[in-house]
Amino acid sequence: MELLRKLEILADAAKYDASCASSGTTKRNSLKGGLGSTEGSGICHAYAPDGRCISLLKLLLTNACVFDCAYCINRASSNTPRARFTVEEVVQLTLGFYRRNTIEGLFLSSGIIRSPDYTMEQVVRVARVLRLEHGFRGYIHLKTIPDAAPELLAEAGLYADRLSINMELPTVAGLESLAPEKDFRRIRHAMAGLRTRIEGAQEEAKTARRAAPKRFAPAGQSTQMIVGADGADDGAILGTATDLYAGYRMRRVYYSAYSPIPDASRLLPPAAPPLVREHRLYQADWLLRFYGFSREEILAGGQGGMLDLELDPKTAWALQSRQDFPVDLNTAPREMLLRVPGLGAKTVDRLIAARRHTRLRAADLARLRVSLAKVLPFVVLADHVPRGLEGAGLRSRLLPATAFAAAARPVQMALF
Amino acid sequence: MPALALRQGVAVTLPGPADFTAWRQAARGLVAAEIPPEQAEWVVAGELPGLLAEAPAPPPSAAPFSVPRAFLDQAEIAIRHSDRERFALLYGLLWRLTHGERHLMQAATDPAVIRLSALVKAVRRDAHKMHAFVRFREVQAEDGPRHIAWFEPDHHIEEAEADFFVRRFASLRWSIVTPRRSVAWDGQALDFGPGGRRADVPPDDAMEPLWRAYYASIFNPARLKPGAMRAEMPRKYWRSLPEAAEIPRLMAEAPRRVAEMVERAAAAPNPRPQKPRHLSMPPHVLRDMPTPIDAPADPAMALAALREELLSRPDLPAFAARATQPVFGEGPVGAALMFVGEQPGDEEDIAGRPFVGPAGRLLDRALAQAGVERRDAYLTNAVKHFKFTPTGKRRIHQSPDAGDITYYRPFLAREVAAVAPRLVVSLGASALTALTGKKLPVLKTRGQVVTALGGQPVFATVHPSYLLRLPDAEAQAAGFADFVADLRAAQAHTQGL
Repeated sequence: MELLRKLEILADAAKYDASCASSGTTKRNSLKGGLGSTEGSGICHAYAPDGRCISLLKLLLTNACVFDCAYCINRASSNTPRARFTVEEVVQLTLGFYRRNTIEGLFLSSGIIRSPDYTMEQVVRVARVLRLEHGFRGYIHLKTIPDAAPELLAEAGLYADRLSINMELPTVAGLESLAPEKDFRRIRHAMAGLRTRIEGAQEEAKTARRAAPKRFAPAGQSTQMIVGADGADDGAILGTATDLYAGYRMRRVYYSAYSPIPDASRLLPPAAPPLVREHRLYQADWLLRFYGFSREEILAGGQGGMLDLELDPKTAWALQSRQDFPVDLNTAPREMLLRVPGLGAKTVDRLIAARRHTRLRAADLARLRVSLAKVLPFVVLADHVPRGLEGAGLRSRLLPATAFAAAARPVQMALF
Repeated sequence: MPALALRQGVAVTLPGPADFTAWRQAARGLVAAEIPPEQAEWVVAGELPGLLAEAPAPPPSAAPFSVPRAFLDQAEIAIRHSDRERFALLYGLLWRLTHGERHLMQAATDPAVIRLSALVKAVRRDAHKMHAFVRFREVQAEDGPRHIAWFEPDHHIEEAEADFFVRRFASLRWSIVTPRRSVAWDGQALDFGPGGRRADVPPDDAMEPLWRAYYASIFNPARLKPGAMRAEMPRKYWRSLPEAAEIPRLMAEAPRRVAEMVERAAAAPNPRPQKPRHLSMPPHVLRDMPTPIDAPADPAMALAALREELLSRPDLPAFAARATQPVFGEGPVGAALMFVGEQPGDEEDIAGRPFVGPAGRLLDRALAQAGVERRDAYLTNAVKHFKFTPTGKRRIHQSPDAGDITYYRPFLAREVAAVAPRLVVSLGASALTALTGKKLPVLKTRGQVVTALGGQPVFATVHPSYLLRLPDAEAQAAGFADFVADLRAAQAHTQGL
């Protein structure tokens, strides 16, 4: 099979993994040889018409797989055409694209062939050749196979910036019904093992007793859950996410709306991907990690364990917590400012800096490009006191009014 | 002489459009000469002349003055903006900073400060887009490959951003041509030259078909969101992105592709599914797999059976499902001392071993001082799974309730019976309750030997985590000494038995 055709098959097979991050690793450059650099923040080299960033060359080494996960295009019983790269082909594609400045690095995953160890060994080999034979200094993300041998994981962490193991489904029941070969407990066990190694390397780097502390995935680990394939509600998804963040120090939990695949399993007929739901979960995830919200508070903004699809989760929570408002932007503590709908963490910090020198007024918010329609109902300013905070009409006033927002509104579009 | 030129003031001619050093020096002179912003005009050599009569700018004063670092940092970036007013904006801010508004930079809602941060943001974004969207084409020259790119930045960032490409592609020979500047790297040094034309860059590249195929294949037609794409990759960049040529086709075909998927609906499974050729689990996986073992008389076998049972019991309390793994006891069968704690914590849950977290490390220190070898003792917990509440980035220990202790009691009893120690040491209230079945007050019971439900002698003391929670260093030192004394007493007790 020619290289172009392989690339089409094995990129197509990799696109359901949402992660494309290339940030948060150690700083490197090629001034003393090799190829490439990493500078802390990631770079998106292109965007596809699905709005997703293309930062890494995201490929499967092979899409042959002996696992039969119903949601996956590459499952054993799928009719999808199969292909397999040689190690050298992936290496040359990565270097060639990198030299043309189209990518930050490689995100390599693979279907399970022969055995977990055999598959992991092939994946690790690509990273080894890139790092050792070509002095590649760009970003490498390797998908880790939970059951692979500890030596292989150690070597993967030596070359990779990030490792990931996908949780795939938020509940044991979901995993048992849709991914029979996967084991919830083994996945978490492997994540715990990664945390131990990542923290061990960080600790060693901090104390730096050796000139070259042992490296292990400096950009940490991440995972992904599919949204809408099983019956799990948002509460279950966010519950698993908080456990994963707190327990295994995930840098990111990605949520991927289950998307129709060209060869769907009978267990999961094609349906429009729940994109709004996915978006709300990301917003809720941000509130959990950076805004001091608990899972229970976020869920209180929705109903029956599901987030409000029409409103962002912070506004939805605020509507259920009107007793905590209005917040005086000139006096309230930072934690409370973070809870005001429409105020992001950066804006909050600028407001706190500004209010040391001036009494904040509505015009100041406008100058900071804050959405007044969203913020004013919940705040007191030097020249503003909100009205109608108790009123029943507040919710409808807060619903997004633009055409774009209307299009994003949740009546999930039927496919056709 | 035109009437406008009668305005009083000075005109400063800067040598280049983003020459911060020159601007800084001139501005220093203007401030020293007390020339207010409205009387200063800034012109770039070779660009449109100004309206003011050409008057020499005053020389920089001998005594430099200080301005906030935040201003300098932002000014150095903002000066690259293509806005003709940038020099005047910066000088206006400098004037105010040196004339009674030292804290101006913190006035985040001041219009001039907001304008400055808008310029900084625009320049940073432009730089970021340059890092992202420069596309090199490889040409074979006589002396090896060269990489050449055409790019059209909005602002004067070519010189400032050249270093980024040096750090990344130091081993290549490359040049980036823009309408205003060209930057070339020969592997040793940078060379800046005049601007060029798109035609200076080769029209295609051997890998371009592969890159376009990748771009087309990674796109998911079921998630069409062209607005999100254009927000981050505006059309003005498309001209220099080879993959952008695929966009119209991908967007046009997306609805049909999705319709086909839906129409096809669920496909019949492949009659010849992928089969594991040699699929076998590696030995360490097999080793950890539960294997059914009948309750045997041999204590080591009994402990192994207990382990298997805890791994696969269907009736575990709900919180156990959120733990990584059950944490079993550790140590020799027949140990003289068996320590029983409350439950595994965060680090024990991750490692799968008891007493390896902060409390475990404290216990290790106390055991060492008391002259007890940890490896000679058997250590375990009353509850075998970590119970926690996740708060942000940590899992906070949640004490087991009476129901949890009751649930795990039979496992603990079997463990004590199998280990058959001379003395069980209960650490803290939960362990004491689990062992004796009674809610005994720990601080009143400590140092005494009570009897476990199974008849074994139990020596009560505090849990090491209690020592970690004591309020001050003095109390902690005293508490630690008492704890060590308890451990010594327990060991002495086993020797007297």
